Amino acid sequence: MFCINRRKDRELFFDKKNECLTKKEKHKLQSELLVDLVKRVYDSVPAYRAKMDAINIKPSDIKSIDDIVKLPFTTKQDLRDNYPFGMFSTDKKDIIRVHASSGTTGKLTVVGYTKYDIEVWAECCARSLVAAGADANSLLHVAYGYGLFTGGLGLHYGGERLGLTVVPVSAGNTPRQIQLIIDFKADGICCTPSYAIYLADEIIKAGYTAKDLNLKWGLFGAEPWSEEMRNEIEDKLGLKAYDIYGLSEIAGPGVASECEFQKGAHIWDDHFYPEIVDVDTLEPLPIGERGELVFTTLTKQGMPLIRYRTRDITALDDSPCPCKRTGYRIKRIKGRSDDMLIIRGVNVFPSQIESALIGSDDKISSHYHITVDRVKNLDVMEIAIELKQDAKFDEVKDIEALVSKLETVIGSAIGVSAQVKLVSYASIKRSEGKAQRVTDKRK
Amino acid sequence: MLVNQIAVFLENRSGRIAEFSKVLADANINIRAMSIADTEEYGILRAITDDNVRAVETLKINGFNASATDLIGFNVADKPGEMFKVLSILEKAKINIGYLYSFAGANKENAIILIKVDDNEKTAAILESNGINLMGRDLPI
Repeated sequence: MFCINRRKDRELFFDKKNECLTKKEKHKLQSELLVDLVKRVYDSVPAYRAKMDAINIKPSDIKSIDDIVKLPFTTKQDLRDNYPFGMFSTDKKDIIRVHASSGTTGKLTVVGYTKYDIEVWAECCARSLVAAGADANSLLHVAYGYGLFTGGLGLHYGGERLGLTVVPVSAGNTPRQIQLIIDFKADGICCTPSYAIYLADEIIKAGYTAKDLNLKWGLFGAEPWSEEMRNEIEDKLGLKAYDIYGLSEIAGPGVASECEFQKGAHIWDDHFYPEIVDVDTLEPLPIGERGELVFTTLTKQGMPLIRYRTRDITALDDSPCPCKRTGYRIKRIKGRSDDMLIIRGVNVFPSQIESALIGSDDKISSHYHITVDRVKNLDVMEIAIELKQDAKFDEVKDIEALVSKLETVIGSAIGVSAQVKLVSYASIKRSEGKAQRVTDKRK
Repeated sequence: MLVNQIAVFLENRSGRIAEFSKVLADANINIRAMSIADTEEYGILRAITDDNVRAVETLKINGFNASATDLIGFNVADKPGEMFKVLSILEKAKINIGYLYSFAGANKENAIILIKVDDNEKTAAILESNGINLMGRDLPI
């Protein structure tokens, strides 16, 4: 047992007032924000208006946050139906940035941010960083990818908002990452947990130990991880590992993040209102019960989402936290209510692979099977693709050319590399009912 | 004047060649010559059977990707330098060989060589005009 020396208040919180609202204050704030939000989207987003009209709900029916249960859910399919910008609720001139993540088929899920949205997001990331131990003197090594993916830029802006020093390394080039972490004496790091373990192993291979590093804390997210992984990361990198939760549809990383007590990610619920619903009935569940996590973006301007189904299966924890933050905590994500896979931080839907394969070559059938595994702490995906009955090969080079072509087709469709394995006709097991297309050995 | 073979796609996993031979055995088809080209993950099994048409049909029904192809086959004397002689002729004519397999010992004097080329007709004509003894459909093995 060791005693945590608590830092001074001004170092413990980025925004103590809003991170520690009382129940009453929170109810009032969330109610005001929701009433305003519903009016805004009803007036400006035809898709929302149509959904509300269909169940006969008017903005005037929403008087407090308790009325949220009257509102319809929003899903990834809604975003797809309104691709690319149909869910935006402000003038295009007010949108200053877009990010995007994988959709269920070929098209991306697009999110638009106003200047205010970027500021709010940066603030939430700044809160997350401070909760993990960062302050203005810290040096933050951002090893999340920069680009359409929200990880890199999200933490980058959060770090700058806090006023620390950001090193925008982005993903890849591990030897250079190691050199910079050591030479710059990084205090903190953020990346996916699986990359953290890979990086730690590479650091050890390069002949260093945790003592050669100055790392004190790390924020890890964009994929589900476990307490075992936390222990391994902490041991190997000599830091405290915190879970940061987010998804691009809601903002990006920093929707919720852990405090020094590491008991689940506190939701910044003055901006993102959480609910847990039953996966089958979609009825709201009491706090503590496990179901699908649903978020409403109370303050978002560019693309507000009402009761957005995250598909993440988890439970909320409202027990008081010694850190005094009052945002409910998200327990470990226990799975998905859809078939989305997270491969090296990238969201992948089997349907994306399927639509990429269709018509790509007349030697292959529509039968495939995805196997995901973790090899040396990195996710690997193998896709077995069955040949058509009349597909013929006379030379090995023809097989290799087809494999390489399919790997390119899939890689560019899903944004992450996969190994293709061709298999003979009729060798993939047929299932009665719903096809079992995925074997995930990581679980 | 051409020799017909079957080509079968194989994933490199244990037991697959045994499965192949069982399918043919059960159909009472005799394998007369065989060769396998493989990489770490895949292989192509090439074989000449006593009934290639039925072999392809049977293999397909049993979950194999099989097809038939025509090759050029010829006899050479079973002694040093004979293969080189033929290959030199082909090289001079700029004919590229996709793959080749051969078997000796079928009879005492001759070896049989099978080659895959892009243009069978042209290749056959060149070989014949150089006095090479081409094989017919029926292998003397």
